[in-house]
Amino acid sequence: MRYSHDNVPDMVLSGLEPLVVNKTTGFVNVGERSNVTGSRKFARLIQEENYEEAVDIARAQVEDGAQIIDVNMDDAMLDGVAAMKRYLNLLASEPDVARVPFMIDSSKWEIIEEGLKCVQGKAIVNSISLKEGEEKFIEQAKRINMYGAAVVVMAFDEKGQADTYERRIEICKKSYDILVDKCNFAPQDIVFDPNIFPVATGIPEHDNYCVDFFAATKWIKENLPGAKVSGGVSNMSFSFRGNDIVREAMHSVFLYYAIKDGMDMGIVNAGMLTIYDDIPKDLLEHVEDVVLNRREDAAERLVDFAESLKGQSIEQKESDKLKWREGTLQERITHALVKGITEFIEEDAEEARQAANKPIEVIEGPLMVGMNVVGDLFGAGKMFLPQVVKSARVMKKAVAYLLPYIEEEKLRSGNVSQNNGVIIMATVKGDVHDIGKNIVGVVLSCNNYEVIDLGVMVPAEDILAAAEEHNADIIGLSGLITPSLDEMVTIAQMMQQRGMKQPLLIGGATTSKIHTAVKIEPEFDGVTVHVLDASKSVPVASALLSKTENTFVDELRNEYQAARDKNAKKRGQKAFTDLQTIRSNTSSLDWKTYEPVVPKTLGNKVIRDYPLEKIREYFDWTPFFITWELHGKYPGILEDKVVGEEATKLFKDANEMLDKIIAEKAFQCDAVMGLYPASAVEGDMTEIYADNARENVQATLHHLRQQTARPAERPYRSLADFVAPKDSGVKDYMGAFVVTCKGADDLAKIYEDKLDDYNAIMVKALADRFAEAFAELLHVEVRKDYWGYAPQESFSNAELISEKYQGIRPAPGYPACPEHSEKTTLFSLLNATQEIGCELTDSFAMYPASSVSGWYFAHPDARYFALGKIDKDQVQEYADKKGWDIKTAERWLRPTLGYDE
Amino acid sequence: MARSVVKELSSILEKRVMVLDGAMGTSIQGYKLEEEDFRKGHFEDHPSPLKGNNDLLSITRPDIIEEIHDSYFAIGADFACTNAFSGTTIAQADYSLEDAVYKINFESAQCARRSADKWTAKTPDQPRFVVGCLGPTNRTASISPDVNDPGKRLVTFDDLVNAYRQAADALMDGGCDAIMIETVFDTLNAKAALFAVIQMKEARDLDTPIMISGTITDASGRTLSGQTAEAFWISLMHGGLTSIGLNCALGAKDMLPHIKMLDKHALCLISAHPNAGLPNEFGEYDETPEQMAEQVRPFLSEGHVNIIGGCCGTTPAHIAALKQLADEYAPRPFPEHFSALTSTTPAVSKGEK
Repeated sequence: MRYSHDNVPDMVLSGLEPLVVNKTTGFVNVGERSNVTGSRKFARLIQEENYEEAVDIARAQVEDGAQIIDVNMDDAMLDGVAAMKRYLNLLASEPDVARVPFMIDSSKWEIIEEGLKCVQGKAIVNSISLKEGEEKFIEQAKRINMYGAAVVVMAFDEKGQADTYERRIEICKKSYDILVDKCNFAPQDIVFDPNIFPVATGIPEHDNYCVDFFAATKWIKENLPGAKVSGGVSNMSFSFRGNDIVREAMHSVFLYYAIKDGMDMGIVNAGMLTIYDDIPKDLLEHVEDVVLNRREDAAERLVDFAESLKGQSIEQKESDKLKWREGTLQERITHALVKGITEFIEEDAEEARQAANKPIEVIEGPLMVGMNVVGDLFGAGKMFLPQVVKSARVMKKAVAYLLPYIEEEKLRSGNVSQNNGVIIMATVKGDVHDIGKNIVGVVLSCNNYEVIDLGVMVPAEDILAAAEEHNADIIGLSGLITPSLDEMVTIAQMMQQRGMKQPLLIGGATTSKIHTAVKIEPEFDGVTVHVLDASKSVPVASALLSKTENTFVDELRNEYQAARDKNAKKRGQKAFTDLQTIRSNTSSLDWKTYEPVVPKTLGNKVIRDYPLEKIREYFDWTPFFITWELHGKYPGILEDKVVGEEATKLFKDANEMLDKIIAEKAFQCDAVMGLYPASAVEGDMTEIYADNARENVQATLHHLRQQTARPAERPYRSLADFVAPKDSGVKDYMGAFVVTCKGADDLAKIYEDKLDDYNAIMVKALADRFAEAFAELLHVEVRKDYWGYAPQESFSNAELISEKYQGIRPAPGYPACPEHSEKTTLFSLLNATQEIGCELTDSFAMYPASSVSGWYFAHPDARYFALGKIDKDQVQEYADKKGWDIKTAERWLRPTLGYDE
Repeated sequence: MARSVVKELSSILEKRVMVLDGAMGTSIQGYKLEEEDFRKGHFEDHPSPLKGNNDLLSITRPDIIEEIHDSYFAIGADFACTNAFSGTTIAQADYSLEDAVYKINFESAQCARRSADKWTAKTPDQPRFVVGCLGPTNRTASISPDVNDPGKRLVTFDDLVNAYRQAADALMDGGCDAIMIETVFDTLNAKAALFAVIQMKEARDLDTPIMISGTITDASGRTLSGQTAEAFWISLMHGGLTSIGLNCALGAKDMLPHIKMLDKHALCLISAHPNAGLPNEFGEYDETPEQMAEQVRPFLSEGHVNIIGGCCGTTPAHIAALKQLADEYAPRPFPEHFSALTSTTPAVSKGEK
C-alpha cells in the first residue's frame, strides 16, 4: 500500500488512557526528567535506589503537563536493564503517572526490549537508527512491531550523525522507506529525531544548526507521509547552563519556530517553559538572532545580555500559591472554605467581624455565602465528601473564633441566631457504629442546621426526650446491624404514641428504602424518610423544613406506597420449599475422599498487641472510600476521572494518619481464635467438642438453611453442610475468632475537641480497616500455620480480598448466617470479653465498634452464600432448638422472615 | 489448509453479523459431573482434586464437550470456542497439571473441530468455525501482588509468551480456524499472548485470524489493569487483528458504552459477548434469553458489532435469541484501514530474515 498524506491514520499511543497525536492535538510535551543522563538528581536517586522519590519525579512531570514520560537508564554504573524494569513496574502502579504513555529511551537494545516487556500501553521506543547497518535496523524494527510501539529514529547512519540539512533528509528518507516497505511499520508511528545540537557555542559551524533542523523538519513533514518529528529540546541551549531565564526563552523560541514547521513532539522540561508572548522584547530579539542565525555576532550578544540577567531567579511561582489572598474578603472566605484552608480563616473572620454590625452576621453573611458555594458544588458533583468535611473544619474554626463575641452580643441584646433547623441525631440502642452518622452530622451542620448528636447506643426514651427538650425539627436515626432496624420501628411507634410530629430520618448501612416503607413508615403518621447517604441529607432536610409549599412529602408517600405494593406482590409470589425437602437437597460435599487436616493447635489462642504495620499490609481500601462516599474500586479509584483527584488526596491523608497511628501506637489490635473438633448433626446444627475424644459437647451452633424454591439442580445451602456429619465417621474441625481494634474513640475525641471532624472520622474509618485487615491476616495465619490446611498458600492482597483462598470465615449477622444472637455462643467459646475486652451489646453489636468475628470452615467447597428468606416451619423449629418462643425467634430473624407475622 | 478461512470469514462477515457460542461452564454445570468425570481414564491417580478444572473434560469426557458444541451449532452459532480457558502452564500450575496443557488444547480443539465439521456437512451454506481460546491465566504481568512492593510481579512477559506459545501451537495442531485472546483483564498479558501468536503464525507461515476480547471489570469503565476501552485497543492494534471486543464481567447494558467506544476507534471488526446480566446474590445469572436479547438489541440495531455471542450464564436458548437478532440487522461495515481479512499481504510481514 502506498501512503499519502490523505490516507495515513492518526498516531495513537496509550498509557491507561489514549493519546492521539494529530493536527488538533498540538505540540506533545515529553517529560525529560526521568533520565539518568539528563538529570543529576534523578541519576542520584536511582544510584541510591531511592525509587520512591524517583517515581515522584515522574508524577511531578505529569502534573506539570507532560503528556508522555521519557525514561532513560543509560549509565555505565547502573544495571540498566534491571533499573528500567524496576522503574517502569513501579510507574505502572501509579495511576497518576501510568495514565500517559511512556517513551523507552536507551541506546542499548536490551534495555529497550526489557522496557517493552513492562508496559501494557503502546509506548514509543527512543531510539533506533541505521548506525549499525540496515540489517540490525530491520531486525529491531520488526521486533518492536511485535511488542506494539511507535519508534523514534535518529538521523544517524554508518557514516555518523547527520548535522546538515542534506544528510538529515537523506537518512530520514532511507529509514522511512525501509520501515514502511520492508518492516510493514505503520508510517504514523515513525518519529524522526533529526538531531538538535547546541547553538551559540562560539564555533561558527554550529550557528545554523537550528535553521537546518527547522528545514529538515519541514521537509520530513512534506515528503514522508505520516512521519512525526521530535527532539531533545534542551540540548540546543546547552551553552547557557545555569541561566534558566535565557534557556527557557531559547526553548520557547526554538519550539515556536520548530512547531510552525511541523515538529510534533519534543523532550522538554514541562515545568520549565515560558510562553513565547511572555518573553521580554529585548531578550526575545537576542534569542531569535541566535536561533534563526540572523547575524554573525548573535551568540556574543546573547552571552553579554545573559550576563546582565543572571541572578534574576524565578521566585514568582511560590507567591502564585498565595495569590488568592489578594481577593476581596468574601472571595478569600469562599476560597478558604472551598479549598479547606484553615490557615487564614481566623484572620478573615476577624476582618469580617469588624466590618459587620453584629458578630452573628459574619456567620449568616460571608461564611454562609461561602458554604452555599460548597453546598452547590457538592450538589453538582463537583466537590466530594472528603472536601466538604474539610470545608466544615474551616467553618467550625471560624465559628469557634466568633462564638465568644456572639455570646457577648447575645447577653447585650438578647437576640438569638437563626439557623435552618434543629436536628437530633443518634445511633440507636444496641448499636455502636457512628461513622456514617457523624458524616451526615457534619454535612448538615455545614448547611447551617444545628445538629445535636446524642452519640451511640442511645435508648429510644433519651432520643425522644432530647427531641422535646431542644424543640427539634427533625430526628435522625442511624444503625449498621440488622437488629437496629427493629429498634427504629420501636422508636417510630413511640413517636406515634406521644403524638410527635417531627419528620423521622432513617439512615445507615443496614437500612433501606424498602424496609423504611414496609416496616417503619406505617407505624408513624409523621413523615418518615430513608436517606441513602450524606449527600442526600441536605436536600431532604431542606425540603422537609421548607416554608414554601412543595410536593416532596406527597411524592415520598406515593413512592413508599408503591414500594409496599410491589413488595406485597413479590412476597405473594415467593415460594418456599418445606423443611424436610430442603434438608434432602443440601450442597453435598464429598466427605468420602475428604481427609480433614488436623489443626496444629487445638483450643483457644490469644494474640495481643499485634504489630500494626503488619496489619496495614492487608488493608482493603475500597470500603474506606465508600465510607467517604467515593465510589470505585481501589486502586483504580485513585485515577478515576471524576473522583480520582479527591480520592488521591484522601488516600494520602489516610496514609499520613496511619503513619502517625502506627508510630504512636495509638491503636491496639487484639485477637482470640480457637480451633475445635466438630461434627455436623441432624437439624442443621454443628457440635463443637471440648477435646479430641469428641464426647463432651462444648457448644452447639444453630444454622439456617436456604428455603426459597429453586430448580432441582440448585442445592439449599447451609453452613451446616461445611463440616463433616457425625455419622460419616470423618473427624472434622472448625474454628472461631474475634479481632478488635481499640483506641479509636480516644483518638477521635482528641480531634473532635479540636473541631476537626475530618480527622475524627478518618480515625474511626481507619480503625474499621484495621479490624477487617486483622481478620484477613489472622485467617491467612490460620490457614498456613495454626490450622495449617494450606501451608503453601501465597496470595497477593488483591487475591485475598477477592476470596481466592480455601475455606471461609462467615460472621454471625451476615448473609450466610444472619442471626446475630449466635455471637453469644462464639464469644463464650472464645471467652472473648475476658480475654480481649470485646463486648456484645443488647443487640449483639460488638464493642469496640471496630471488631470482626466469625466462624472458620476449611473444606475447599465451603463458600459464601446468602441465606435469603425463610419460612415459618424453619423459624418454629429454630425457636424450639434455641429454647425461644416463636415471637423471640421472629424478632431476631425478622430481616429474613419470608412471611407476614 | 484445505479451505481458506480468511476468505470464507471475510465474505460472510461482509454480509452479516456472525454468532459466537455461549458459556461452556453453565452447560457443564447442567451435567452435574463428579470428581471421577474429571479423572476418567487419564488422571485417575492425580494427587489433588480436579473437579472444577473444566478444561480436562475435553480429554476425559469429550462426548460431553462435543455435545455442548453441538447444542450451540444446532441453534445456528457460527463459532465454537474451545474448552481451554485455563489451558496454559501458568493456569494449570494450580492443579500441578502443567504437563497436560498440550493435550488439553489439542483435545479441546478436536472436540470443537469434530462438531464444526459435522455441522458444516449438515448445513454447507453455513460453514462453522473453531476458535482457539487463550484465557487470561491467573497471574498479572502489570499488577503487583504486594501493596508494599508495587514493583513486584508474579509472572514475566517471557513466562507468558512461553506459556501462550505452547497453548497456541497445540490449538493449531488440533485444528482451530482462528485464535481468540479473551477475557483480558491485564493488557500486558494480552500483549504477551499476541506476541506468542504472531511468533506462531510466522513459524508456521499461517494467516490465522486473531481476535481479542477484553474485560471491563466494573463501573469504573476500566480493565482490571486500569485501561479505558480505547487505550486497550491502541495497546493491541499492532497485531493485525480481525476483531477486538469485550466479554464477561458486565451484562449487555453496561457493556454498550464501551463497545461504542471501540466501534468509534478500532480499525478492525468488533465483537461482544456479554454475560446474561449481572450475577444475583448466589452468583447465578438470571437474565432470560428474551431479556438478554433486548439488552443486546442496540449493539446490532445501532450497527456497533460484527460478531455477537454470550459469556457467563448464557445457554443455547440465549444464543438462539441472539442469533435471531443478528439476522435482523446489517453488520458494522468494514472500517477503512481494516486489512486483516482483506489485504493480500498478511499484516505481519514474515520470512524477511
